This record gives sequence, structure tokens and C-alpha cells, in this order.
Amino acid sequence: MSLATHDDVGQAPVPAAPPARRHAARKRRRSMGDRLMLWLPLTLFLLFTLVPLYWMVLFAFRPPGSTALVPWPITLENFRRVWEGSGFGVYFRNSIAVAVASLVVSTVIGMLGGYALARLTFRGKNVFLVIMLCTQFIPGAMMLIPLFQIFNGLYLTNSLWSLIIADTVFHLPLSLVLMAGFIRNVPVTLEESAQVDGCGRIRAFCAVVLPLLKPGIVAVGSFAFISAWNNFLFAIMFISSQDRFTVPVGLSYLLGEFGSDFGALAAGGLIAVAPVVVLFAYVQRFLIQGLSAGAVKG
Amino acid sequence: MSSTTAEPVRRPPAARRPTGSRAGHAYLLIAPAVVLVLVFLFYPVLSVFWESLRHHNLTRPLDDGFAGLDNYRALLADELFWRSLRFTAQWVFVEVGLQFVLGLALALVLNRTFVGRGLARALAFSPWAVSGILTTTIWILLYNPTTGIGHYLASMGIGEYGTSLLSEPDTTFWALVIAELWKGIPFFAILILADLQSVPLELYEAANVDGAGPLRRFSAVTWPHIRKAVVIATLLRAVWEFNNVDLLYTMTAGGPAGSTTTLPLYVAQTAIHDQDFGYGSALTVTAFLLLTFASMVYLRISSGDSKEGK
Repeated sequence: MSLATHDDVGQAPVPAAPPARRHAARKRRRSMGDRLMLWLPLTLFLLFTLVPLYWMVLFAFRPPGSTALVPWPITLENFRRVWEGSGFGVYFRNSIAVAVASLVVSTVIGMLGGYALARLTFRGKNVFLVIMLCTQFIPGAMMLIPLFQIFNGLYLTNSLWSLIIADTVFHLPLSLVLMAGFIRNVPVTLEESAQVDGCGRIRAFCAVVLPLLKPGIVAVGSFAFISAWNNFLFAIMFISSQDRFTVPVGLSYLLGEFGSDFGALAAGGLIAVAPVVVLFAYVQRFLIQGLSAGAVKG
Repeated sequence: MSSTTAEPVRRPPAARRPTGSRAGHAYLLIAPAVVLVLVFLFYPVLSVFWESLRHHNLTRPLDDGFAGLDNYRALLADELFWRSLRFTAQWVFVEVGLQFVLGLALALVLNRTFVGRGLARALAFSPWAVSGILTTTIWILLYNPTTGIGHYLASMGIGEYGTSLLSEPDTTFWALVIAELWKGIPFFAILILADLQSVPLELYEAANVDGAGPLRRFSAVTWPHIRKAVVIATLLRAVWEFNNVDLLYTMTAGGPAGSTTTLPLYVAQTAIHDQDFGYGSALTVTAFLLLTFASMVYLRISSGDSKEGK
């Protein structure tokens, strides 16, 4: 298909092609067929990804009964109904509380452990690391019964604390391993020279490492937030009263009221995805850097 | 803290000085993580084994007590268990197979240089952040005969005015597969793309010089480089598809008539609806052992492969 151009390049004597030349060769590679091989699959993939998302946006902003393919005139009626009538205002607050608490706890504990992994040697370090990685294979569904019993014993069932603890513990190993990576990327010498200047280890960390660690903290925290925000199984198992539901549970009940109100369902879906979209915009470049196979979980 | 400032003149890297207090600090730092993981992950895993040997049903508190292997005997005679096992295998195999083919294709496309690549990547990967419930919400809207896209296509004369895809046993499976692919393809592509980026450009140029076409470039340069990542990615995806309960739970609830119940979904339903903890634990232990066994077999086979290949 594009063989002719490749042959051209092949016959050119290029033992040590100068950069400009190489660039030209790469440019020439873009034949018609080659471009088709890029844009056709790309368009198809993007349509497959974006049309379903658009469908939800369409239903959320369109008045009930309308069949227009563009949500115009825009109505916020669906949001009002779902926020007040279906209690999504309450669910949203609950979800935020759980996700933020889980973010803070798992990031702080992750930072402590991550520092130990990155900077200190201690006996059992590898065992610790392997155990942390192994936990990533423990399925959430398998933990429903034993965790329910533990929380029941602690009088935490039907409390948001059960969700905070469960989400934190499930995400903690990943936070820790990611954090160790970020800390390792901060040069040790910076910290050491701060110590030479008379800082203790803790002050050296706070004054020198912490500021440089900011992007890492945001990334690790975002991952933790998204994972807690999206969790459904724990919430439906541990929480029984409606005023403590989280957004995914509320959404699952809207789904249950089948066929009734698709506008409300779509609006609820948009509410569920809104905070995550903001964080995703930041976090997605870390995904592609591949520093976090474990983050790509789900 | 004093030990850290004791020898300011010579300062070898911190990592090379495992003094007693250093190690002590390290254990202090990892202590919170260790405690949480032991109490809320490892103890529960162990307790499930014990629980599976007991009669324990929240709806029938009077029957509680030691059961021996009763739960496991019941499990072997449970038709839904066997059916869920078959469906789990089918689900994981089809999902991971398609995600492998399409996810690899997506990763290859997104690895090329073109205008707007950053935006294309962000858009293509966006389902990553979407929860299982939301995936269900979106696809319920799409599949529903009155709200779905089929309605519009039919009114434009493409296809026919359909019934709900999720009520017919024949179409349910593929409707689920497609909805899960929507999320799964980006996941797989993300896992592969990082590795694709590490393939040295010189190798492609060398292949071009040798007159290699696109297929040859892929098989001679790209594939050997990403092979290991593909093995790991398929394993991870298989484990996660096995564990993935949210979508099935909310989209079909395992129906119609239990035909889309995976083993972990069966566990979740036994725990959440039936509240039969003894039997649910026996199912859990079984699922756990099967998953571990299958992962080990898979790793053994694929590592055996690579030894022959090299």
C-alpha cells in the first residue's frame, strides 16, 4: 500500500543521515494510505467513546419528551428534579465527604510509607513491597462479607466511616507505591544539603521535598478520590439508610425505577461524573506515562 | 533525629546507612499502612476461610453454627454455581480477547505523531474515569428502545425499530460485552501505550531502511518490545474483568434467569440480597482459589512461550 515510498527511503544511501534528512524521510512516509490508517481507526474509536457520552449529555439537558439531537433550548429541569426530588444533593455531599476523607488518609499514610520505601533501607522492605502489590489482586466482591462483619463488630455499618476505611485500605497500597516513585524522583542531594544546613529529617522533608512533590501529591490524591468516588459495592453493602447513600448507590436506584425518567437518570449520571472529569484532565498524563499500572484498575 | 545530623562532613547517600535508628524510623513510617492492611485486608481474607465452614445466614440467625464442609457440598450441587463458572470463563475470555485486539490497535494509533494527539488521547481515555454504574447508565440510555440510538437510526431508515437488547437472551451477552468494551479498550490501550513509547525510534528507521512494510515493522520491531507488557496487561485485564461486578450487577443483575451471572457477581448477590454469609464465603474461597490457579497457569504458559521464542 505504501510500499513504494518505503522502497525510496530504502534505496537512499543513509549510513548516517543528518537530522534534517531523517525528518524529511519521516515526512514522506505520510502517504495517502498511511494517513487513512491513522485517521480512520482514530475516528471510529473516538465516535465509539464520545457518542455514548454525548447521549447522556443530550438527555440531561433536553426537556422531557423532546427528540431533538441537540439539547437546545437547554433546560436544567432534569438536574433540579434529581438534585432535590431524588436526593442527589444529599448523596453528592456524602460522596464528597467519603472521597475527600479517603484521599487525605491514603495520601498521608502513603507519603509516610512511600518515604520509607524511597529513602530508607530496612529489613523486610521487599516483603513489604510484594505484599502491597499482592493486595491489588484482592477482589472487592470477595471482601464484602468479612468487611461487613468487621464493621458490624465496630458498630460502623450504615456509617460513612465504613466506606472511608474500606476505600482507603483498598487504595492505600497503590498510593504508597506511587508516592515512593515520586519521592525517588526528588534528588536525595537536595534533602542532604538541607540536613547539612542543620535541618532535621522532618524539616528537610517539609522545606525541600514537599514543594517539589506537589504534582505527585495531586496525582496520587486524584487517583484516590476517583477510586473512592466511583466505589459502588461497598456502599450498597454497608449503607442501608437513604440519607447516607453515595452517588453511585443513588444512581443504581434511579436505574431500578426503569423506564420512568430518563432525563433524571442522565442528569444524575452527569452529576456523578462531574468531579471526576476535572481530576481526570489532570491525571490522564500520568496514566500514559505508565508509572501506574495499578492505577489503571477497574 | 540527632543521628541524621551527626556526621555532616562525610555524607554518603542516606540509603547506604542502615543504622539501628534509621530502620526504626522506617518501621514507624510504614506502621500505619501495615496495620490498616493487616486488619482490613489480610484478616478478612483469612476469616473468609473460617466463615466458609460455618452456617451463617443473617436472615436465619437460629441456624448459625459449625457446618464442616456443608457449604462446599451445597456449592457442588448448585446449578447456578456451575452456570456462573461457565459464564465467567466466557465473559473473561471474550472481553480480554477483544480488548487485546482493539486496545492494541488504539494504542498503536495513539502512539503515532499527529496534530491534536494530546487531545485525542485525553478523549479516548476518558472512560477510564467513569464508574461501572455510570457505564450502565449511559448504555441503558443507548440500548433502550425508546431513548436509544436505534430509535433514531430506525427513523432514518437504518435497521428496524428494536426491542430492548437487554431483555433477549441472545442479544444480552453482546450488549454487555460492548458496554464493557467501551471502558475496557481504553484501559488496555493505556497499559500498552507506555511500553510502545519506549520502543527506540531508531529501530523503526532501521526497519524502514531495510524496506520493511508496516506489518513487518510491527512483527519485527514493535511486537518483541511490547510482548512482555502485553502478557502482563492481558493478565491484569483478565483479573479485573473477573472481579468486575458493578456493570453486571446494575445492568442485568445477572439475568435474564441467571444467564449473565459471574462468580464474583454471585458472591455479591449472596452477600447483599440473601445475606447468607456462610455460603457466600464458600463461594468467595472457591472464586479466590480458581483465580489464583488460573493466573499461575497463565503466567507459566506465557513465560514458557517467551523462553522458546528467545
